[in-house]
Amino acid sequence: MEQTEQLSFDFYTEKPQITRESRDELKLHLGEFNGPLDLLLYLIKQEQANIFDIPIARITDEYLKYVRLMKHLDISVAGDFLVMAATLIEIKSKMLLPKEITEEAEEEMEDPRELLVRQLLEHQKFKNAAQMLYERTTVEQAVFSRGKIESDENNAETNASVFDLLTVFQKILSRHKEEVQMEIEREEITLADMLKTLKKRIFEQKELSLLEFFEEMHTRRELVTAFIAVLEIVRTESVRLRQTTTFGDIILKKI
Amino acid sequence: MEVEEKQPRSISEIVSITEALIFVADEPITVKTLADVLEEDKETIEAAVEELKQEYEEREGGLQLREIAGGWQISTRTEYHEEVRKYLKTRPNAKLSLAALETLAVIAYKQPVTVPEILEIRGVQSASAIKTLLDKKLITAKGRKETVGRPMMYGTSKDFLLQFGLKDLSELPSIEDFEDLAQGM
Repeated sequence: MEQTEQLSFDFYTEKPQITRESRDELKLHLGEFNGPLDLLLYLIKQEQANIFDIPIARITDEYLKYVRLMKHLDISVAGDFLVMAATLIEIKSKMLLPKEITEEAEEEMEDPRELLVRQLLEHQKFKNAAQMLYERTTVEQAVFSRGKIESDENNAETNASVFDLLTVFQKILSRHKEEVQMEIEREEITLADMLKTLKKRIFEQKELSLLEFFEEMHTRRELVTAFIAVLEIVRTESVRLRQTTTFGDIILKKI
Repeated sequence: MEVEEKQPRSISEIVSITEALIFVADEPITVKTLADVLEEDKETIEAAVEELKQEYEEREGGLQLREIAGGWQISTRTEYHEEVRKYLKTRPNAKLSLAALETLAVIAYKQPVTVPEILEIRGVQSASAIKTLLDKKLITAKGRKETVGRPMMYGTSKDFLLQFGLKDLSELPSIEDFEDLAQGM
């Protein structure tokens, strides 16, 4: 095979890169994951720091360096990064505050980094889950199952809808328009009569081509009546419509 | 009406019919559907499917029988994907971007979940990833959350189970399993 498949993906080796997109545009690229949490995780990893004891001053400095570079970036992305920058600075300042060294107070005092650590861990968990999904989908793509077998249900040929009927009707109608008609006397045919004719035809012939049936009509009025009769018979009688090709003739069949 | 005394089927017959049905079904076929078609009870079908599965495993052929997305399916074994692809002249589908995968992971584990909740975990806007996942039908909208702004909630779809080879959502490894990994970094 021309290309070996990548079965796993190490998110952590993805390096942030600053590329020059055009003359006055810099782009920060952090693999495909570009969010403040990713940048932070990357920096922590880079500094080989313990996630539970983040050297906040150092990490904040590093982080701000990247954010400064990102000022050239679009605001919406940078916005998320700025919020995190503010959070980091806040944590940093909190940690610089002198602590009271009473034992009780120390126990009670919450580490200002705690919330961030929890967020980072949560984020990390889902990154690992994403990795698992990546592996699963790769394996799954090596599995093939059978394709569809043609059945009445998925075969478009036997599924004629009212719209298909309309299309056939439209076709005949337009053909009739072109014919020069000499109407000598006004023939009235009622829907009831038309229904009777249609029923008789179906029961005699078992299969009736709608194209043929409509073709026998001479006037627009008769055609319309015939069309309604077909709709009516489909609704009330045990008949089936079958169309063998798209936009082709429709066969009315007795069940 | 013909009155015909129905002979009870033998177990091996049930196993064979089950195999035939799983073979023709174009998507994973459920035990219930099998039971309905065979007019047997679910327990009998379950036993038959298990036996069939064992037969496939013992034979070690090119096919496997497996439970996926709530049903049973016969498919090729992963080992032979190169030859199968060569014949079908297909290439692996374009993979999801890592951002989309991460968003999908959040949705899979936290469903039903809203966009703001996804943002909180990912720390970044996920609109385009969500659109991709919706387009690929891996996730579906699951109504609105009764909270400020009534945000849309998302969850995974049946296609998600199919594409990731999962029986059901409970087959996903527990999210806590990833915690050790996270702390080990």
